[in-house]
Amino acid sequence: MSDAAIETQGLVREFKRGPRAVDGIDLRVEPGEVYGFLGPNGAGKSTTVHMLTTLLPPTAGRAWVAGHDVVEDGGAVRATIGAALQEAALDPFLTGREHLRLQTALHGMTGPEARKRSDQLLERVGLVQAADRRVAGYSGGMKRRLDLALALVHRPRILFLDEPTTGLDVQSRSALWEEVQRLASDRGVTVFLTTQYLEEADVLADRVGIIDRGHIVAEGTPEALKAEIGRPSVEAIPRDPDERGHTKEVLGRFGEEVAGSTKGVSVRLAGGDAQLAEVVRALDAENIEIQELQLHAPTLDDVFLAKTGRSLEGEAEPEPVAAA
Amino acid sequence: MSRGSFSSVARGLAWRNVHNWFTNPTLIVPSLLFPLFFFTAFAGGLSRVDSIPGFDYGANYTTWIYGFVLLQASTFGGIFTGFSVARDFESGFARRLMLGAVNRGGIIGGYWISALVRSVTTIAVVTIVALVAGLELNGGGIDLLGLYVLALLVNTFAMLFGTGVAMRLRTMQAGPLIQTPAFLLLFLAPVWVPYDLLTGWVQAAASANPITLVIDTERGFLVGDPTKVLPAFLVVLLLVSVSLLWARGGLRSAERAA
Amino acid sequence: MSQVLLLAQRSVIRTLRQPAMVFPSIFFPLLLLSINSSGLNSATRLPGFPADSYFQFAIAIPFIQGALFSAMSAGTNVANDIESGFLNRLSLTPLRRVALMLGQLTGIVALGLIQAVAFLVVGVGFGDGLATGPGGVPVLLALSLTISLGFGLIGAFVALRTGNGETVQGVFPLFFAALFLSSMSLPRDLIETDWYRTVATYNPVSYMLEGIRSLFIAGWDGEALALGFACAGGVAAIAITAASMALRTRMVRT
Repeated sequence: MSDAAIETQGLVREFKRGPRAVDGIDLRVEPGEVYGFLGPNGAGKSTTVHMLTTLLPPTAGRAWVAGHDVVEDGGAVRATIGAALQEAALDPFLTGREHLRLQTALHGMTGPEARKRSDQLLERVGLVQAADRRVAGYSGGMKRRLDLALALVHRPRILFLDEPTTGLDVQSRSALWEEVQRLASDRGVTVFLTTQYLEEADVLADRVGIIDRGHIVAEGTPEALKAEIGRPSVEAIPRDPDERGHTKEVLGRFGEEVAGSTKGVSVRLAGGDAQLAEVVRALDAENIEIQELQLHAPTLDDVFLAKTGRSLEGEAEPEPVAAA
Repeated sequence: MSRGSFSSVARGLAWRNVHNWFTNPTLIVPSLLFPLFFFTAFAGGLSRVDSIPGFDYGANYTTWIYGFVLLQASTFGGIFTGFSVARDFESGFARRLMLGAVNRGGIIGGYWISALVRSVTTIAVVTIVALVAGLELNGGGIDLLGLYVLALLVNTFAMLFGTGVAMRLRTMQAGPLIQTPAFLLLFLAPVWVPYDLLTGWVQAAASANPITLVIDTERGFLVGDPTKVLPAFLVVLLLVSVSLLWARGGLRSAERAA
Repeated sequence: MSQVLLLAQRSVIRTLRQPAMVFPSIFFPLLLLSINSSGLNSATRLPGFPADSYFQFAIAIPFIQGALFSAMSAGTNVANDIESGFLNRLSLTPLRRVALMLGQLTGIVALGLIQAVAFLVVGVGFGDGLATGPGGVPVLLALSLTISLGFGLIGAFVALRTGNGETVQGVFPLFFAALFLSSMSLPRDLIETDWYRTVATYNPVSYMLEGIRSLFIAGWDGEALALGFACAGGVAAIAITAASMALRTRMVRT
C-alpha cells in the first residue's frame, strides 16, 4: 500500500482505434502537496484525472489514491477524494442548496448535519444569496464555485481540480485561487490541479508536472524548472517596423532567437541579464531606434518549449474521443 | 471521509428524481396525461367492442381497458425512468453520481425507487379517473393487492430494462431503443379484445408474449376471479431478475467508458 | 420565381436528407396499422360495421398519422432555422417572405407525397385496394396532400410564433389527441359513449379520415369527399394565414 497521497506506475490509457491519451505516467504526490499538472489541450491531463478519480479504468499500469488501488478499491478511493471536473455536471432543475442536499445524502449525511454542512459551504464559496435559485440561472463562475462546494462536502483528504478556472473572469479566478491555497495551508488537503494556465501553476503549485502527448516531460518545483532553463530573454520592438530585420541581426549576436514577439524580436541571452547593457549599446551603435525593450525571466512556457520544441501557450489539440 | 452506502446513494438520488418530477410540469404532465388519454380514447371510443359475439368478460369495457392502461402506465413509468437515465448521462450529470457514489449499485437503486414513486402516483390518478368513469373493482382486498403488486413488478422490469439500455448508450438517442420493445410487448397482446378474438399475426405474437399472461391475470384480479396467478408472478419475477442483470451490466459498461 | 425554386429545392433536400424523420413517419403508422388490423379485426362483426376487414377500415389512419409527422418535421425545420440564426440571415437578403413560405410548403408536400404513395401501395397490396378504382388515386393524393399541408403549416406556425423546437415537440400530444378523439377506431355511429361521439362529430379530423376511408370502402361518396376536402382545406387555409402572419412578425425589416 502506497503512503503517497497519489501514486502512479506506468499509467496508460488507450482508446479504441485511437491514440494513447496517456502513455506511461509515473508520478507521486505527497500528502498536503499542491501538485500542478500542466499541459496543452489534448495532452492527457483530464484523462489522467478521470483514471485517478475512478471514472475511467487504466488500460495498463497502476494507480493508488490515498493508498487504495483505483481499479480494485474504487469505492474506498471515492470515499476519500473530492473532484471538481471540467464540466460542472449540475442539474439545471435543482437549486444550489438542493445540489448540496443531494451530495450530502450521497455521502451518508442526513438531517441537521447535512443542513449545517450545506450552510457552511454556501457561505464559504459565496453562494448564500443564490442558494435557492435554480442552477440554470447561475453564471459560469457561480457554477464553478458550487462545484467546488460539492467536492468539499465530505471533507476529502485529496481534491482533484480539473481546469477549475477555465472560462472564469479575473475576479472569480482569484477567489478560487485563494480558496485552493486556504485548503492546502489550513487543512492540509492534497490538491491535484490540472491547468493550461502557466500563471495558475506558478501561483498555486508546490510542484508541477508538465505533460505533453501523454508523457510527463518535466517535473519539479516551478522555480527549479525555470532555473533549469536559466537564462532570461530580451525583447526589442523597433520604432520603424522595417528595422525588424536589422534588429534581429544585432540581437542575434547575443543568443538564439525565441518565438513570442509579434512586433519585435526576442532572443535568449546567453550571458544572462548582465548582457542587457551590451544589447542596448549594440542597438544604439547601429542607430536602431527602439520603441520598447523588455527583459523577461524564464517562464514555464520556456520550460515547455525547451522540452518539446513547442510553445505551451496557443497550443490546442483536441482531446482524444473516448469510444464507448 | 464519505459515509456513503448503497442506501444513502439510493435515497439521495431517489429524492432528486422525485423532486424534479413533481416540480417540473414538463416532466409530470406528460407522464400523467398519456395514460389518461389512452384510457379515455379506448374506453370511450371502443366501448361498443364488448358487444362483439364471443367477447366474454365479467365486467364492463371500462374495466377491461383499465386492466391494459394500468399495465401501460406501469410499463411506461419504468421506460420514462430509462429516458431520465439517458438524459443524465448525456448532460454529464451522471458523472457526478458516478464520482460521488461510494457504492454505485445505489444509483440503480435510486432510479428504481423514483420509478416506483412515479408509477404509484400515475396509477393513483388513473384509477381515480377510471372509478369516476365507471370502473368496476369487483375483486377483494387480496385481489387488489395482487393486481397492484404485479403492476409494480412490471414497472420494475421496464425500469431495469430501460436503465440497462440507457447506461450502455449514454445518450437520448437510446430513447427509441428503449421505447419500441416496450411498445411492442404491450400492444402485441389482448389489448382491445380477448385473446380468442385476435386474428392473424398479432394472435400468434400474443401467444408467445409474456405480457398476455400478465394482462389476463390482471383482468382476473379486477373481477375477483384471477387465473394463472402463480405463472404470471413467476414470469414477471423472471423478467425482473434478467433485467436486473442487464441493468448491472449497463452500469459496468458505463464505468468502463469516460 | 428563382427564389422560390431555390428555397423549394433546399426544403426538399433537407427533408430527404433526414432519414430519421422520413423513415419513422412511414414505418410507425404502418406498424400500428398492422397491429390494429389484427387486434381489432373482430370488430367487423359488429352490426353496421362498414367493411369486411378492419384493415380496409383502418388504412385511412396512416394518412393522418403521416400528416402529424409532417407537422413535426416542418415545425422542427423552421425552429432550427430560427434557433441557428439562418432566418435572420435570410432577412438580410432581398428574399420575399412569400418565397420562403412557398419554399417551406414544397418540403412538406414532398414528404407528404412519399408517405401517401407508400400507404397507397400498402393499401392496394395488403387490402382490397381503392373501391373507386385507379381513378380515385389522384383524389386520394390530393386529399392526403391537403391534409399534410394543413398540419405541416400548423407546425410551421408554432415554430414561427415561438422560435423554439421544444415547443413544437410539446404540441405533438395535441395532434395526437385530435386523432384519437375522432372516428379513428370505429365509425361515429358505432361509438357508444355519448360525449365521445359528440367530440368526434365536431372534430375535423373525423371528416378527413372519413373522406379517405370512403375512397377505399364506399367508392365515390360525394358527401364524404366534400366534407373531407372542406375540413382539410379549411385547416390549411387557417394555418397558412396564421403562418404568414407569424412569418411577417418574425422577419420584420425596416
